[in-house]
Amino acid sequence: MSKPQSNISVKNLSIGYAAKTVSDNINFDVAQGELCAIIGVNGIGKSTLLRTLGNLQPLIQGELKIQGTALKDYDHNGLAQKISLVLTEPLASKNLTVLEVIALGRQPYTNWIGSLSHEDKRKVAHSLATLELDEFKLRKCHELSDGQLQRVLIARAMAQDTPLILLDEPTTHLDLYHKVQILKLLKTLVQNHQKSIVFTTHEIDLAIQLCDKILILDNKENSFGQPCELIAQGAFTRLFPNDMVRFDAKTGAFKVNKDPN
Amino acid sequence: MKRDYHTYRLWFVILFLTLLSVFVLNISLGSVSIPFSETLNAIIGRPTTTGSWYYIIVNYRLPKALTTILVGGGLAVSGLLMQTLFRNPLAGPFVLGISSGASLGAALLLMGGSLLSGITTIHFVNDVSLAVAASLGSFLVLVVVMIVANRVRDTMTLLIIGLMFGSITAAIVSVLAYFSSAQQLQRFIFWSYGSVGNLSWAQLAILGSIVFIGLMITLASLKSLNAFLLGENYAKSLGVSLKRSRFQIIVATGLLAGVITAFAGPIAFVGLAVPHLTRQLFNTMEHRILVPAVFLYGAMLLLLCDIVAQLPAQAEVLPINAITSIIGAPVVIWLLVRKRKLFF
Repeated sequence: MSKPQSNISVKNLSIGYAAKTVSDNINFDVAQGELCAIIGVNGIGKSTLLRTLGNLQPLIQGELKIQGTALKDYDHNGLAQKISLVLTEPLASKNLTVLEVIALGRQPYTNWIGSLSHEDKRKVAHSLATLELDEFKLRKCHELSDGQLQRVLIARAMAQDTPLILLDEPTTHLDLYHKVQILKLLKTLVQNHQKSIVFTTHEIDLAIQLCDKILILDNKENSFGQPCELIAQGAFTRLFPNDMVRFDAKTGAFKVNKDPN
Repeated sequence: MKRDYHTYRLWFVILFLTLLSVFVLNISLGSVSIPFSETLNAIIGRPTTTGSWYYIIVNYRLPKALTTILVGGGLAVSGLLMQTLFRNPLAGPFVLGISSGASLGAALLLMGGSLLSGITTIHFVNDVSLAVAASLGSFLVLVVVMIVANRVRDTMTLLIIGLMFGSITAAIVSVLAYFSSAQQLQRFIFWSYGSVGNLSWAQLAILGSIVFIGLMITLASLKSLNAFLLGENYAKSLGVSLKRSRFQIIVATGLLAGVITAFAGPIAFVGLAVPHLTRQLFNTMEHRILVPAVFLYGAMLLLLCDIVAQLPAQAEVLPINAITSIIGAPVVIWLLVRKRKLFF
């Protein structure tokens, strides 16, 4: 393998709704085995971008390719074998067991009535084991903690066996320990299973430490690159107005401004 | 997992045997008391000692019991479909106004003519046109509720909107009733009591075929129904075509709830309560298990309600709609109190 395959590539993308473009001129490229974070202030369009990438809403303009083929050229089931999602919205039914949720990830591969083949069962068991969920598998989702539920959703995405996984704010509502746990887990998944993972987050310091690529959505530059490149360019200093917090390039973290203004 | 399937199979056998015994019991009881052995003879087609017994059982009780099975099972399945589609444990043909839609259709047909032209249309009304009108009414309300449901994600709002639809149709029905003749009114009121009797074998065949079509569409939607348990966005990401699946499920629900309400009148609580009772037994959300289980349970429960309505050895038959409410409402309250929350 000379150059790792690009699982998702985006050129001059405009996103938003028919009446209003939320963000435009977005360019990035995530290869196999890379973990990419999308960061930006509240309301800038991180979730809109993720929903557009996941085909939950149409793009306005530009090019969006999944493994070299335009997103719109996939049929429903074909796309379901390329992209899996972890969303912020709650599951419609919290009465599903962990096992049932994860097994539903196999739907793109099952027959018309959805019965699991031997291969499907193997993949489900593998996801359960990878996310250390074996002991919870017969629990109902409403009995789980937020961190456990997040792991179940990631396991479901993993069982879907797609080269690309998109996650919308997977660390929200979690304490620091569990935030790190989830992000390290994503890191392991891209490394050991040759996936591409793109997620939105507010945990900029953690993203800098763990991600291979970061997209900073600011509606001006929309800088994209490796964390150290972005720090060198000073991209993070532009992220927030400077009156409250400033970016410390040495530590790669934001500091609260203590001097009175 | 193996253990689960054994449990499911066990419950299926129990449900089926219960249904079978309740079916036979239902046929053996009635205003004319017929010995149990003679009932069995008639069911399997052997002549009875008294010819009229055979006539009663084959032409009255048997079609009635079969109707009850179709009505109970079909309504329960339509309730299950709606709970999944609307992501709402309190959904059912009644709560979301679908039955009110059917009443509106029936009322317009039975009493609408007098409002428009003053002529009595009742002579042109047969059971088929009544069925079509009621089905159209329930489809109409279902589509409107669905459009609203797409805009309003909040389930409480949706339920309130369903109740409002109920009020609107009830209001229109009472306006129609005000202007109609006593004969038309009587016919509508008898329809609204709900009844599983009075269906000829020919009508039963129509009801049976449409329920069958509804169930077949349900069967074809099983996979997407399971995906909908995660939510619509997840379902879409799993390759489910939202438009087509939603349409299929709505058509199945409309056919089942519509045609049943048309032939048997509005029958409350079966659609709402049976899916929950079934989930108590089977403890799963898997529609491949739930759909057949809910059908059997619904059929069995309505046969029981019909036995109660029958008042053994009495000539009077209570309206079945009243019985299902008297039994169904406490069941829902009990579930809410005991489980704190109706999980779906």
